Amino acid sequence: MLKKRSYFKKRTLPYLLILPQLLITAAFFYWPALQGLVASFQLSDPFGFRTRFVWFDNFITLFQDPLYLKSFLITLVFSGSVAAVSICFGLFLATMANRALRMTAVTRTLLIWPYAIAPAISGVLWLFLMHPSYGVIAIAFKRWFGLDWNPLLESSDAMLLIVLASSWKNISYNFVFFLAGLQAVPRSLIEAAAMDGAGPFRRFWTITFPLLSPTLFFVTVMTIIFSFFESFGIIHTVTQGGPGGSTNILVYKVYQDGFIGLNLGSSSAQSIVLMALIILITVLQFKYVERKVQYTG
Amino acid sequence: MFKNKFVWMTLAATLICSNALPALAAPIEINWWHAMRGPRGETVQKIVDSFNNSQSEYKVNAIYKGEYDEVVNAGVAAVRAGKQPHILQSFEVGTQTMMLSGAIYPVYQLMADNGYKVDWSQYLQPVLSYYMNADGNLMSMPFNSSTPVMYYNADMFKKAGLPMLSKEKPVTWDELGEITAKLIKSGATGGLVTGWQSWTQVENYSAMHDLPFASKANGYEGLDTELLINNDKVVNHIARLKSWMADNRFYYGGQKYQGPQAEFIAQNAGLYIDSISAIAKIQKSVKDFQWDVAPLPVEAWMTNPQNSIIGGASLWIFKGLPKQDYKGVAAFLNHLAGTESQVLWHKETGYFPITLGAYEQLKKDGYYNEFPYQEVGIKQLTRRNPTKNSRGLRLGYFIQIRNIINEELELVWNGSKTPKQAMDTAVERSNAKLREFEKTYK
Repeated sequence: MLKKRSYFKKRTLPYLLILPQLLITAAFFYWPALQGLVASFQLSDPFGFRTRFVWFDNFITLFQDPLYLKSFLITLVFSGSVAAVSICFGLFLATMANRALRMTAVTRTLLIWPYAIAPAISGVLWLFLMHPSYGVIAIAFKRWFGLDWNPLLESSDAMLLIVLASSWKNISYNFVFFLAGLQAVPRSLIEAAAMDGAGPFRRFWTITFPLLSPTLFFVTVMTIIFSFFESFGIIHTVTQGGPGGSTNILVYKVYQDGFIGLNLGSSSAQSIVLMALIILITVLQFKYVERKVQYTG
Repeated sequence: MFKNKFVWMTLAATLICSNALPALAAPIEINWWHAMRGPRGETVQKIVDSFNNSQSEYKVNAIYKGEYDEVVNAGVAAVRAGKQPHILQSFEVGTQTMMLSGAIYPVYQLMADNGYKVDWSQYLQPVLSYYMNADGNLMSMPFNSSTPVMYYNADMFKKAGLPMLSKEKPVTWDELGEITAKLIKSGATGGLVTGWQSWTQVENYSAMHDLPFASKANGYEGLDTELLINNDKVVNHIARLKSWMADNRFYYGGQKYQGPQAEFIAQNAGLYIDSISAIAKIQKSVKDFQWDVAPLPVEAWMTNPQNSIIGGASLWIFKGLPKQDYKGVAAFLNHLAGTESQVLWHKETGYFPITLGAYEQLKKDGYYNEFPYQEVGIKQLTRRNPTKNSRGLRLGYFIQIRNIINEELELVWNGSKTPKQAMDTAVERSNAKLREFEKTYK
């Protein structure tokens, strides 16, 4: 394999070329992250007139708070469910779309569309379908089947609703990657297996699925990161963390405590914890997935 | 050639002068950041325009900065950057934070410093008292104030053979129990729903029954305040609502107003407790039934119920701006509190007029004869002078505390906790927040 690499005669030019990107990253990521880190060790009033350095007090209070630990658990359940639902459906749809014979381009485009919808809008859409007072589907189900559905009061209903709304959006994203992954599976392998008498299901499990594993891992990590952060808009429009705090995931708690409640020390500490989590996940991804990924080309 | 140059120079000079002269006389700009959108925002603009047209020294710019919390956040960021506006609208739950911020110029002082001798006794006292400090000095200018009332579906009442409710004398909660039972019997899907449950069922319930919401005079007299809402009376009230859920005499429609309001408009609920500022929306949305407004129910033992308390927002003045600006700010606040502005504000938005003068004017104009339901809230609010328990709430991290109360109430409604357990936990959790807040301001 040939390695492509550009050589610069002067050492300053390459640095100059990456400078704009570095500046943007510094201004919009490192600087705020640093500020957050500093704020997480402080106790401060919103206007910043009284600021005291309190070492790890904010973190200690945080981890002594049973509700924060509960929020951790809620986040895990939520992310796990979103990952499971959106990966299963994404994979299923990709497999089907890969075999579609007619109107492939149209089908694929239509399937990708939901990803272009902002999370908050997706939340509002689902609310209009599933709200017990004015949700079309919720009211219809209640009338026809007598289904007692109330996400305003029942924790499990609320969780189901936000999982559905988040997954629906994320299925499209996963679909794109699975479809690309499926198309990279060599046809010859599948044909050979078919000639050996393997049925479609067997071919999928023993050939396609293992070859898809890098995609699967990548998609899992991306979905988890999505559900940690991007789902904010959905939670905000659908449940606001309720009922009884049962859908209050970590990122929503950061918002509630910091933006609404103006408790900057605690919410900074929470975002630092979140950042650490994401760094951990990303490191794991690079360590274990990067090795298995086959880059062809 | 020379002549030509001379002509050019005079031309340039006149141009510069003609530009500079109006620049010297340009009005001082006063910035007001607010959260009033849609029709309310238009009314704000009308009041601002009438001030700007009435004089030429100052020009007020009313700028919509988003929802309440976004406006406060914008204000916080602006103060930190030294670019604060003159006037900031902040919701009532942020009162303590604003008051302690060290960034504000108290309104009573601003008015006095600029030569306005305001007779504060000519204002609606339960509105003022929410924004006064412990010494009774007004810290911020009340702007949009509302209070909860009870809406009811007159058609459903007729069908159930119930008489219409009085606009002055509140029904008792026991009577309401019978009313809702009759409604259900007559085929109604549900009885009562309530918006903003913490505000209407805990905060206002406590105020109207003269029960302390928190120690230290509801927090007015010290940061070392603790919540007291796990008392028998509040717990029993919550337990009663919970017991009504068995036959749908009461049911839960959500924390804010959208759900409960939708239930009322869809005629699923015969009674609906919410802010008077919902009148406009109900007027617009309800086409197929008659409705009316009644004061909030009280307990039978409370023969002389106290005033209800307000919700809404007030205007805070930031310090650190040029002295001559504040003269304009004071003039604008004076204009805002004027009868004409207040009458317009009340008529167009449903929020209270804040002065007795404006209230009298509205009465004289026969406004309340035409729209009697508009007066229910104001009568309920002013029926007695506020006590220490009913003048308002002064708590740090109040937004989180409301959230906590909402969460715990939801756990009662869905059967996870008994009312007593829930209120105990609400007190415990809120007190932890209050201690955190106290630590910040030590």
